[in-house]
Order: sequence, then structure tokens, then C-alpha cells
Amino acid sequence: MSTSGEQGGLAKRLRGKKRNARPGTAVATSEAAVYDDQSGPGTEVERDTGHLPDRFANPGLRPHVHRMADTDPAAARRAERQVTTLFGISAIGTVMLIVAYFAFPLEGTFESIRLSNLTLGLGMGLSLFGLGVGAVHWAKTLMPDSDVVEERHDLHGSDTDREMAVDILKTGTDESGIGRRPLIRNSLLGAAALLPLPGVLLLGDLGPLPGRKLSETLWGEGVRLASDPSGTPIRASDVTLGSVFHVIPEGLNESSHPLEEKAKAAVLLLRIEPEKVEDVPEREGWDVDGIFAYSKICTHVGCPVALYEQQTHHLLCPCHQSTFDVTQHCKVIFGPAKRALPQLPISVDDEGYLIAQRDFEEPVGPSYWERG
Amino acid sequence: MKALAARRRHPLALVVLIALGLLVMGAAYAAFAPRPAEASTDARGDADRGRELFLANCSTCHGLQAQGTRNGPTLIGVGAASVDFQVGTGRMPLAATAPQAPDREDIDFTEQDVADLSAWVASLAPGPAIPDGEFLEPLDDDEAIADGGELFRINCAMCHNVAGAGGALTRGKVAPPLMGVEPVHVYEAMVTGPQSMPVFNDANLTPEQKQNIISYLTYIENQPAPGGLSLGSIGPVSEGLFAWLVGLGALIGCAVWLGAKSS
Repeated sequence: MSTSGEQGGLAKRLRGKKRNARPGTAVATSEAAVYDDQSGPGTEVERDTGHLPDRFANPGLRPHVHRMADTDPAAARRAERQVTTLFGISAIGTVMLIVAYFAFPLEGTFESIRLSNLTLGLGMGLSLFGLGVGAVHWAKTLMPDSDVVEERHDLHGSDTDREMAVDILKTGTDESGIGRRPLIRNSLLGAAALLPLPGVLLLGDLGPLPGRKLSETLWGEGVRLASDPSGTPIRASDVTLGSVFHVIPEGLNESSHPLEEKAKAAVLLLRIEPEKVEDVPEREGWDVDGIFAYSKICTHVGCPVALYEQQTHHLLCPCHQSTFDVTQHCKVIFGPAKRALPQLPISVDDEGYLIAQRDFEEPVGPSYWERG
Repeated sequence: MKALAARRRHPLALVVLIALGLLVMGAAYAAFAPRPAEASTDARGDADRGRELFLANCSTCHGLQAQGTRNGPTLIGVGAASVDFQVGTGRMPLAATAPQAPDREDIDFTEQDVADLSAWVASLAPGPAIPDGEFLEPLDDDEAIADGGELFRINCAMCHNVAGAGGALTRGKVAPPLMGVEPVHVYEAMVTGPQSMPVFNDANLTPEQKQNIISYLTYIENQPAPGGLSLGSIGPVSEGLFAWLVGLGALIGCAVWLGAKSS
């Protein structure tokens, strides 16, 4: 590349030639110009200057065009009538609102709510819209529309004002004696530096740390699987092929925070032919004759994964369409989720009810900081 | 009481006591014991006529003995409820090759035909029967409707939408809207689990709970939209489209009018 000085000179020369090129046809780049200068390879190309003048002249203001209402008194009267009509519509809307408020009281039925909403909304809409449109129409058609020039003021203050301000600051500093009394200055700095520390302490009041709450649920050894929402324990014999049960741990409804616990412990119970499910040695004995229990909390952002397609054995999350394949132990086969749904190891107790062998092996639901 | 006390040392007193105890235990067991999932072979309709209808209309895909072919599953053991649902809603005979059987308005069979077909398929092996009328009548009872609503939101709403407007599944399959569906078909779908739908047997949702769900569906079907337009109750898609096109369109129109110079 050439230096900027050379380029500038070159550009000036090229511009000076005033070639009779049609705009758009000629190709000109700085590289081409450099080759041209050094007698390098390639053919000589023309430079399109775009026919720009060196300096634009101020075109000034466009001639003022008068509106119909400015020149024709009939048009002005028409505009006046239109504005009045719009304000009239607004008034009708307001009256309609007041009448509707008394004519259609809320009686607790959906029909009365619907009628009240509709009439109140229409009334208020008309009253506000009519007022606004009328005001704008008035301003646009009848108020003066002559062009006015306002000069912009200088932002820079006058030199005298600036010197005065500096003087005031200097006098203040001198009179306080902060430069002459370092003890005061240093103790002030120290006190000011300590001040933010209590703020750090207050962060502790944001609440207790979650501890192991995120990785533990109500499930544990021997906890019965119960129907959501009734809390009735489920027998293994009741879970027929193709069935889906929405499950909570027994005793959840009696716990101190049922909703918080349910958000972690919700489980989907389903039965498929055991031979359809891929064998995983580590999960041997986690199911009961093809009755599988999986966490219902999506590993993406925690929606309830509950759309079960009985024929394809796909579990689908309604929020972002993450799809889990039950035949592959709920591995993610589509969507934004990253981890398989955790499986709850289950067995049957002496009375034939389904019970959990233990809690989930891993935290349920979406990722969080400590989990990684 | 005195006579009873006097005879308590009678040699037969022990026998009577044991007999009484067994009787009470037996009655209590019969009253409280959980019933297993029931299946029956009886169905209203003429099985012989049903077989003829089956051979003429269904056997191409399901096989001459309903044993199933590569084109259709076996119908042995699906029960009368399944046939009544599939044929009664127009899903069978299959109208077109599609991700799932489309339900049709124009059904080729009369009610008697459907009953006969159901009777023949039910005679092959036990399966869920067509439900009795007792649990099909929608209840106009606030408690039943509220219970049905909760059950619906837990068990059904993720696929069928909280307002029963239906929703999408994977690869072109859909959960159909439930508005305007006959109570008997809603009940049969829960019992048999047609196509992608899982089964909700009587141990999972008792007949009373199924009736409550039907009551809830009937209630929301007749409930007017409190906001005026419901826009199909399908949630953010139709509501968002309306807000973006109509709402923002009106705002842009106003802005253009505000900026335009009066003539």
C-alpha cells in the first residue's frame, strides 16, 4: 500500500481527469490505483467520482405550501366540523361508559363479566381515542403551520463564567485547609473507605444458602408412590400396559411445603414391554416388570415433562419440545435439554404397593451453579 | 342381652363366634378390597353381522381373524370400547395415510353397524367394554367440576391444552381438541388409550373421576369467554399473532397518520 499522501495526490489527479464514465460501470479500488501508479499488472481502470461537488450548497427551506383549510374557508369549516364530531364521539363514549357501569353490573357469571368488559372497554376506547384524534386533527388542519427557525445556543459557557467557577472551587479548597491538615484528610478517607463494609454484611440477609435442598427430594427408601393429587398409593397390578400415572410421594400433601416438595418430587410412572427397553447393567432392578418411574421435571428449565406418546414411547416437554426416549432410559433425542431425565429406582412392598428404593441418584431438574 | 350372656359358655359358642368373625371379615373385604382392572366380552349388538361388516371393511388391514397384518395391529383383546371409539369417531376405517388417523365428520357406519362390529371384536377376547350411561352424564355440580378440572390439568392438559383446545405432538401427530366430543368417546379414549394417548384405567382414574373430567369439559365448553374473543384458546400463538398484526398494525397506522402533513 502506498502512503496516505500518495493516495491523496492520486485521488486528486484522478478526480481532475473528469473521465466521461457512466456511473456504476467503472471499477475503481485503491489497490487498482496503486498498481496504476507503480505500472503494475492489470488494465487501467476508470475511477467513478460519483459526480459529487466539492461542497454542498445550502438548499434553503422549501417553499411553504398552504393547506386547504388555510386558503379555502369552506375547507376550514369542514375541518372544524370534523374536529367537533370527533370530540362528540369522545363524549358519547364517556356517557356509554357511565351507562354501562350501571346497566351491566358484575353478577359473578361469565356472561355478565363479558358484557361488562366489552361495554366498559368500548366506551373508554371511544372516549380516549375520539379526544386524541380530534386534538391532533385540530392541530394538523387549523392551527398555524408556518415554518419557524430557532437558532441553537452555544453549549460552551463564557470564559468569565468558567474562570469564576474555578475560583470558587479553589477558594473553597483553600479555606477548608484540607491540603494543610493531612490528619483530617487521612481520617476522612479512612472513614469513607469503611462505610461500604456494612453493605457487604447486608448481603447475608438475602436468605439462607440452599444447602442440599436442590439435590434431595421427599423420595427415600420405602416411600410409597401415590397418585397426584389424591395421594392414594398405587399398586403395581393397577399399572397396566400403556398406562401413565402422575405420581407424588405418599405424605407429600401433609408435608410443610407441599408445592415446593412437589416441584422436585413429581414423577411420571409408565409401563411398557420390558423387552423394548435398552438394557443398562447399572439400572438392573430399577423397574418392576416394565413399570418405570422417571422424574417429571425437565432437565432444561424445569417444566413438567408429561406428554407421553404411547406408541413411540417418546416423552415430550410442552415448553420447548425437548423429547426423551423412554426405550433409552429417557435419553434426550430432540430439543434443548442436555441430560436424561433422572430415573427413580422402584420396587414392590409386601402389600403390592409400589415403593421407592431410595432417592434419585442425581439432582432432578435444570442445572444450577454448584451442579455444573 | 341376658340370654346371650347366659349362653356364652355353651359348647357351640366358639363356633358361632368364629363364623360371625369370618362373615364380618369377608363382607368388609368385599366392600373395601381394590378391584382389578376389569375386562368383559359382552357388548350390545349382533356379533355375526359384525363379523360380516368386519370382513368387508376392516380385514384388509387387520386380517381375516383380526389377528393383525403388517398394515394394521391385531384387534384381539382391544375390547368393544376401542372399536366404538375408533369407528364411532370416524377414525376407522382409515381415511388417509397420515401421521395419525384423522377423525371425520361423515361416518360410513350406522350406530347399529358400530355396535355389531364392537360385539364381534369383543367376542374374540376380553377387553374394555363400552361404558354404561351412569358415568357419562355430565354433572352440574361445582365440586365435581372443580375436581374434574384439577384431574384434567394434571393428567390431560399438557397434550390437550388447558382449555381442551388440543395441541401438537411430535412429527405431525396431534392431540385433538376435546370441545364438542361425545362424553362416551372421551370416556372410551381414557379407557383404551387410542393411538398416541396413554391408557387411564379405572385404578388410575376411577369411573367417578372420569365423570368429573367429562363434567369439567362440558362446563368449559358452555362457558362464555370473559374477555370477549377467546381466539381459539390456543394460547400465545393466536394471541401473539393478533397483538402483532392487529395491535401493532393499528399503532403504526396511527403513527403514520400523526406524521403525515395535512393536505
